[in-house]
Amino acid sequence: MLGEGILKGLAETARNFAGSFVDKERLTTVEYPEERIAPAEAARVFPFLVYDGGDWEKGLRCVACQICEKECPPKCIYIEKSKDKKPDYAGKPQIYPAKFDIDISVCMSCQICVEVCPFEAIKMDNQFELATDDRFGGLLLDRKQLAKSNEYYHQIHPTEATAVDAHLAAEKLKVEAKAKADAAAKAKTAADAAAKASTAPKPSDGSAATPASAATKPVREGAESTSPAADKQTASADPSTAVVRGTSAAEDKPSRPDDKPIAQGDTPKNQDAKGKEGGN
Amino acid sequence: MVGTLDQIFVLLKHWILGLLPPVLQPVVGVLLSVVAILATFPALFALTTVLERKGLGRIQNRIGPNRTGPYGILQPIADGIKSLTKEDIVPLNADAAVHFLAPLVLVVAVFLEFAVLPMGRNMVLVNLDAGLLFFFAVGASTELSIFMAGWSSRNKYSLLGAMRAVAQMISYEVPLLMSSVAVVMITGSLSLTQIVDTQNQYTWGLPHWYIFTPWGCAAFVMYAVAGLAETNRSPFDLPEGESELVAGYFTEYSGFKFALFFLGEYLGMFAISGLGTALFLGGWSAPLAALQFVPSWIWFFAKVMLSICVMIWIRGTLPRLRQDQLMNFAWKFVLPFTLLNLVDVAVWRFLGPGWLRWVVCSAILLIAYWVMGRAGMSREKFGPRSYRYAE
Repeated sequence: MLGEGILKGLAETARNFAGSFVDKERLTTVEYPEERIAPAEAARVFPFLVYDGGDWEKGLRCVACQICEKECPPKCIYIEKSKDKKPDYAGKPQIYPAKFDIDISVCMSCQICVEVCPFEAIKMDNQFELATDDRFGGLLLDRKQLAKSNEYYHQIHPTEATAVDAHLAAEKLKVEAKAKADAAAKAKTAADAAAKASTAPKPSDGSAATPASAATKPVREGAESTSPAADKQTASADPSTAVVRGTSAAEDKPSRPDDKPIAQGDTPKNQDAKGKEGGN
Repeated sequence: MVGTLDQIFVLLKHWILGLLPPVLQPVVGVLLSVVAILATFPALFALTTVLERKGLGRIQNRIGPNRTGPYGILQPIADGIKSLTKEDIVPLNADAAVHFLAPLVLVVAVFLEFAVLPMGRNMVLVNLDAGLLFFFAVGASTELSIFMAGWSSRNKYSLLGAMRAVAQMISYEVPLLMSSVAVVMITGSLSLTQIVDTQNQYTWGLPHWYIFTPWGCAAFVMYAVAGLAETNRSPFDLPEGESELVAGYFTEYSGFKFALFFLGEYLGMFAISGLGTALFLGGWSAPLAALQFVPSWIWFFAKVMLSICVMIWIRGTLPRLRQDQLMNFAWKFVLPFTLLNLVDVAVWRFLGPGWLRWVVCSAILLIAYWVMGRAGMSREKFGPRSYRYAE
């Protein structure tokens, strides 16, 4: 019959109308500023810098390797390296970022900086209420604004942060074990030299070397130099390679002098773009 | 006491007039009524905008505006301030004079429609003998203002919107008139006061409203359809289809002129609802004899607001028609049906009182409705549409 569909439609909308007053399932609106839904764990907005311990400046994991700066598609990261060094989480002296700026008006939250960071230093935040009345200075976050504690990271992305912590702990163990092995190897070579010099006791070097190599073997699966013959080579290699996970990006990590010109070449361009924006 | 409350506005007017010298009395008397209309309906308009936004929100399972005042009740005030403070832009190539006049002509024409509507017992601005004719004559001139707006803007969207509006309004003007003529055939009067008075009788406590007769019910449905189209309401809102024409004929209007168009549109809704109330729903008469103690003007406004709510409900339900569907519906269904309804009214009139006319008239209409519905729907070929491009 003509008009049947219209009546059905009217009944449906009437059901919606009445239902929205009584049924929470129908009226799903969350009145945002007053009530909020906790963001999903996978929610990610702009990146931030993780620091360990209580002092943000001392605890920054970032070693200013500038991989993120180079990889960033819209080029919103600007890093200046420090002249001096400070110890990282494993106690090794590293340079640190004297300046680390992210322009979140440019950032597109792609997470590539997080993917490439070999030091677990930059992670995605879930803060989205970043509105400000200053669209240039207010949206250019410096390293102090970006620094957030590891506890905060645990709070917003618990699963991911736990995995990261486990990974870092393993790395630290590896470094320590390696240091120990190096020390043992050194002691052994010294002992060998001494033995050669004195042409005397064998049992002493055997007892010193065996426990050290036994402790090293399970941890360093990728390392090829546990045999005493290759010990010398390991000792001479850059100690920082031990921290690296083995990604291709990590190959670039040790600071190279030719990084600087690229970084400086980028900055004026960024400033130009910003100036144009302001002109509009 | 009941009578006083019923006539409170009339008594108030007479009291004010009593304070004045007799020379001024006729002029001031008219002015007072005009001011009352000019104050009441825009206030209702403000109420309706918030009602509509809340209602549509609920239909779509949203909350609707709730930021201004408790439950968003102050939203119209915020809207008013906004439209008053906005820049009034006139396109460089527009015909400035016509562009300026169009919203005024619309609002004036729509306000004139209220002059003949009886809004309560003894509450009508001018009791014209040909009130219904006056209403339609004035109502038709809103088409002029819409075309003025569309033409003077010198914008293709405005012009398209205006042309759609004029085509649609002229098409639906005919069934609107035809469905009203049914009532005139029974009452024998074009005076809206007289039409309401005729319906203000009760049998077994039930009113003699025309909607409760077979021909009246059919005429009311057709009147409602045509009225929706006349006021450019959804699903007949092609002239201002946002998804196609920006805003239709008032694309180039901003600020308070835009608000005037908006006001004109809503006043048109009130006028059409008011006329429908007078013609079919017994005007200001109570729905039950037992409820006659409630003041008559409350009934009138309650009925008008009820029709407005139904309009909002329909807007929240039906999608917009296509232009050819709109025209087909007007000329191939609504108009023939209203013409048939006139025959039905004649049959009703000449069969005289008794149960026979109820059966005969109902049967005629139901069979016609069923047959026309079947015919119209069977002819419709549903399937992939083919396009033929101009060469």
